[in-house]
Amino acid sequence: MVAPLFVFLLIVFVAPIGSMMLRSVRDVELSDVWPQTAAALQGWTDRAHIPSEAVFAALAADMKASKAAGVQAVPARRLNYAVEGGRTLVFGTLRKLPETANSWTDVFLAADPRWGDIETWSAIDQASGPLTSFFLLAAMDRQKHADGTITPTPANRRVYLDVLARTFEVSAVVTTLCLLLGFPVAYLLATQPPARANLLMILVLLPFWTSLLVRTAAWIVVLQEHGLLNNALIALHLIDRPLQLIYNRTGVYVAMTHVLLPFAILPLYSVMKGVKGVYMRAAMSLGARPTVAFLRVYAPQTIPGLAAGGLLVFILALGYYITPELIGGAADQMLSHFIAYYTADTVNWGMASALGALLLVATLALYAVYNRLVGRPA
Amino acid sequence: MAGPRRRTLEERFWIAVLWSAAIAVFVFLVAPILAIVPLSFNSREFLTYPLSGFSLRWYQQFFASAEWMRAFKNSFIVGSAATAVATGLGTLAAVGLTMANFRGKGFVMAVLLSPMIVPIVIVAVGFYFFFAPIGLASSYLGLVLAHSALGAPFVVVTVTATLQGFDRSLTRAAASLGAGPLETFFRVVLPLIGPGVASGALFAFAASFDEVVVVLLIAAPEQRTLPREMFAGIRENFSPVITAVATVMIVVSIILLLSLELLRRRTEAMSRAKR
Repeated sequence: MVAPLFVFLLIVFVAPIGSMMLRSVRDVELSDVWPQTAAALQGWTDRAHIPSEAVFAALAADMKASKAAGVQAVPARRLNYAVEGGRTLVFGTLRKLPETANSWTDVFLAADPRWGDIETWSAIDQASGPLTSFFLLAAMDRQKHADGTITPTPANRRVYLDVLARTFEVSAVVTTLCLLLGFPVAYLLATQPPARANLLMILVLLPFWTSLLVRTAAWIVVLQEHGLLNNALIALHLIDRPLQLIYNRTGVYVAMTHVLLPFAILPLYSVMKGVKGVYMRAAMSLGARPTVAFLRVYAPQTIPGLAAGGLLVFILALGYYITPELIGGAADQMLSHFIAYYTADTVNWGMASALGALLLVATLALYAVYNRLVGRPA
Repeated sequence: MAGPRRRTLEERFWIAVLWSAAIAVFVFLVAPILAIVPLSFNSREFLTYPLSGFSLRWYQQFFASAEWMRAFKNSFIVGSAATAVATGLGTLAAVGLTMANFRGKGFVMAVLLSPMIVPIVIVAVGFYFFFAPIGLASSYLGLVLAHSALGAPFVVVTVTATLQGFDRSLTRAAASLGAGPLETFFRVVLPLIGPGVASGALFAFAASFDEVVVVLLIAAPEQRTLPREMFAGIRENFSPVITAVATVMIVVSIILLLSLELLRRRTEAMSRAKR
């Protein structure tokens, strides 16, 4: 009886994600279009010097064939990922290729001196697939050289470690805010009589069930330049001119905290429901002042809830896409944005998959921790 | 806490702090959502208070717009179809998981619940790569399959929870009275776990109704759903029509929430009656 759903999910869920992960290490774009070059480069063993004439001849033949087939842009784009100006290198050289030549090596070197550069050939070799570490290394701002060493990418092409750090930073701030705001609410819900607690719970569940897009739209209305909050503050003479509350980090923090707060409140609430009031009363009857009793007796018992709620919010925040996309500025975009961008806008699927692999590994690792904490038999 | 003992000043101070903090958070949670509703009845196009006057023009625009109406319809078509698939498969799986013990159960459970955990953008990109070559991108079928996968775990979780309180001697009784497995399932098991199945279905519908990232990547304009159309609207031109659509969507959410609450009360009443 489990089989239908299991098989269904294997086909429509696990397989797509698995094939996406494969794409992060599979690299056949270039070798599909330039098969002779990819094959000839197999014989390039002396990595201290540029390849032999046979490789240059193979590349010339491949380039002409790809132009005739109208697919010359594919290897050019792939090379551009690894070599600065790789696209112009391919197109510029293509324009200068004669019908025949005695030495293709000389032709190429005359067309563009970068063909004498070992790094150019190393990039082509690394892009010749079928397996590559290029995208995964690039996702961590690393590159591999002809001699096999791995070094940080030059500063002007370094982006992803920043994005990763930003993703973790935003998630950490949002998690902290959610726990700070969620704690008093969860405590109140857990200590009120059931009828009143149920009523107050609606105030948590209503936003929880409201569509993400509706809540995002609501925050734009509230936070924008002439939005409700700015107008109210001006009317109260608290500020003279509107504050910039949206399309920046402030907006992202506010809106993401709003969306994720129920995910912090609900686990906290369920843990606090299980904390027995009798310990607090015992502490106080033994002479502890209420503040001390709360901090030393009650609060430690809520740590499982804080950990579970915090991890849950953090995991969900890591993969956030819509809210930063609509409320953040260019400098607030997180990992998900770049994954979607490389998929739909620039068609750099290898990069999208490598960043996706990074995000997936981080999420699953944190989820494993969460599972141990909550102790669900899953 | 309400004992006969009088509260000390210190306790009263902290209770006041607690209530003010909690009320502030409640306002933060609910106010933005409630603030958008009156704006949808504003007679002029300003998205701020005070309102210029009452009017239904933004609702008229919404109902007169071919794109919005198509999105409205799509949301319900995709949502219902995905809910049907997710509920059918999810209920079966939950019954199977509870009734039988088999090797690798933990692994199977992890796969069944994985759509809840994997970041949505990865799911969407995976579908995009996978569906495009087999012609399922830009089709209703692709969207329904994707949303079914996303909704199924909610059904598995809610139905499994309901089955925890299920008395297994009932199925044995049915079998001893000559009922086949199918008859037992439909006439004994299903009526008892009905509220759980219905809550699972509501969750699955909400998951589809609220989903936008997958739609963003794999749907053609003909399959755009309400959240997708809202995404475009917010991006390109934030008109007050969006506040009207938002209000309609809030009403849908409230209906879902109320139905869930009613189901929960019924389940509670049932389990109390049993004891």
